[in-house]
Amino acid sequence: MSTIIRVESLVKEFPVHTSILDFMLGGKRSEVVHAVDDVSFSIARGEVLGLAGESGSGKSTTGRLLLKLIEPTSGKIEYNGTDLSAHSQREMENLREKMQIVFQDPNSSLSPRMSVGQAIGHPLKIHNLGGAAERKERVLDLMEKIGLTPADFLYRKYPHQLSGGQCQRVVLARALVTNPDFIVADEPIAMADVSVRALILELMKKLKKEFDLTYLFITHDLATAKYLCDRVAIMYLGRIIEIGSKEDIFLHPHHPYTKALLDAVPIPDPDQRRKDEVARGEIPSAINPPGGCHFHPRCPHTMAACKEGRPPLKEIAPNHLSACLLDRA
Amino acid sequence: MATPILSINNLSIDYPISIGTVKAVEDVSIDLYEGEALGLVGESGCGKSTLGLSILRIVRPPGKIVAGKMLYKSEDILKMKEKEVLKLRGNNIAMVFQNPLTSLNPLMRLDRHFLETIQRHDPGIQKQEALEKAEDILDKLGIEKQRLYEFPHQFSGGMRQRIMIGLGLIMNPDIIIADEPTTSLDVIVEAGFVDLLNNLRKEFNLSIILITHNLGLVAEIVDRVAVMYGGQIMEIGTADQIFHTPKHPYTHGLITCVPNIKLDQEVLTTMEGNPPDLVNPPAGCRFSPRCPKVMEVCREKAPGFTFFGDGHKAACWLNDHGGTG
Repeated sequence: MSTIIRVESLVKEFPVHTSILDFMLGGKRSEVVHAVDDVSFSIARGEVLGLAGESGSGKSTTGRLLLKLIEPTSGKIEYNGTDLSAHSQREMENLREKMQIVFQDPNSSLSPRMSVGQAIGHPLKIHNLGGAAERKERVLDLMEKIGLTPADFLYRKYPHQLSGGQCQRVVLARALVTNPDFIVADEPIAMADVSVRALILELMKKLKKEFDLTYLFITHDLATAKYLCDRVAIMYLGRIIEIGSKEDIFLHPHHPYTKALLDAVPIPDPDQRRKDEVARGEIPSAINPPGGCHFHPRCPHTMAACKEGRPPLKEIAPNHLSACLLDRA
Repeated sequence: MATPILSINNLSIDYPISIGTVKAVEDVSIDLYEGEALGLVGESGCGKSTLGLSILRIVRPPGKIVAGKMLYKSEDILKMKEKEVLKLRGNNIAMVFQNPLTSLNPLMRLDRHFLETIQRHDPGIQKQEALEKAEDILDKLGIEKQRLYEFPHQFSGGMRQRIMIGLGLIMNPDIIIADEPTTSLDVIVEAGFVDLLNNLRKEFNLSIILITHNLGLVAEIVDRVAVMYGGQIMEIGTADQIFHTPKHPYTHGLITCVPNIKLDQEVLTTMEGNPPDLVNPPAGCRFSPRCPKVMEVCREKAPGFTFFGDGHKAACWLNDHGGTG
């Protein structure tokens, strides 16, 4: 399998503005949030990589960095072997024909003043693909495939006239219309109702086959990640702490944080109620994260070494990497 | 189980709007027993939150409770005077809302939130005594006492949600209605919240109504489940009955359409179509336009409840023909 996306030592820092008063009175220095802190991974063509973690772990920022919707502080992003760091804004815009993103909330990512047809056809217009008639044909054809039927009827509708599930389909169709091969899906089902979620997940699976897509699937819901992804990366405070195949992560998790996350997932079956109480505590601030391994204050297996230095991601089984010092004497 | 602590009988709530009347809740009957946790599940717009609020007799205008009875310890809440309802809220039945950040006043420190609540219900109480009460409850929630003098923004999301529970519990109510209490929380924090709720339940002998669309959460907490669709109850039963032997196709669809981390699912059940228009609901069973097992009779006549023993009942025609959902 060829690699479609390769990310190396990606870093994104956001400055936190300190007010002049704090600076003068308290001598407070300007600080930064380490949203993404030295992250590396690659995605093979045709694969679904899940990026999972709690809110504030930097998973959405990573997704946006891949398309250079925000500039990375440092690090390298490769798409099909070409380094994107040197690409200008203009070049990136052209490239987004092939790399697309689907956001969480379909209502806020659709213009209320654009009809369904206009919205889905808009990327074609931006990228100057085909004439008006061709575009319309392409849009209607895609609407048919994505289940926005009757297509002729819905073509003229506006977002407020659609249901939540239909809106999410419009967003998906808009992302697919330029025939991309890579899609970042940022929590595409988080806002949807339970029955709509299943529909969207099934649709994403079907589209992946039909259009030969590669997904980066960002989610906080591990059960969904397990359902859709081939490989999963777990993020905590800007770092990937474990990455491996679906089986590695869900059947043989290594990092204590991964285990804690898995234990906390509620199971829709009253026979499988959790017996033990979960680890207390919440994700700390990314402005002054704990030193060493970020997870050490919450970790049940903390050792002295965990407080010093960042534990490197190390292979613990073929293609299964974990950033934990345990069983590594 | 003895007599129910709360008994809702044939409750209907209408919202008259310009194009007709939205029948948000129609002919709903549910009992809640002492010390029991009841889950009210359904998708958005099914009337679960409206039903929850109406127990405290809060119905946003132009909404109106048009029929039914709501007995709290054999007293009808719907017939109470406004003053009595004010006393009931908080003292006997408390509510915990979805988003703690919009429910807490950002300009008030926690002590004032607690004082306001306590003094409102118990005007004669000494300030010192009230503060001690507040400190006690924070302690039970796992928040340090000193933090009583901090502002809401100084707390994390999980703590804020615990504070909301604390404000609900401070007057020692018998019933807590929690409306999507964990939607804004992360998984680990959510699990901590579940543990807390389960502990508090035992300690205060609480009855809980948990309103949510999160079936995982329901499976973790509740004893019985009521499934709502289009303003009506489709099925009621114990958690075990609902999750393992559902009798209504909607319940079955709802349970099998969520990814389960313990299973290797190849495909998820999908339910095409949209929730019903409650101004002009479909004739017959409201789920019939989306039902995978729809029959002729479903589109003509609304089904009544079929009883399966142990309080398990479902409103589906299939059960009259010996089928299961």
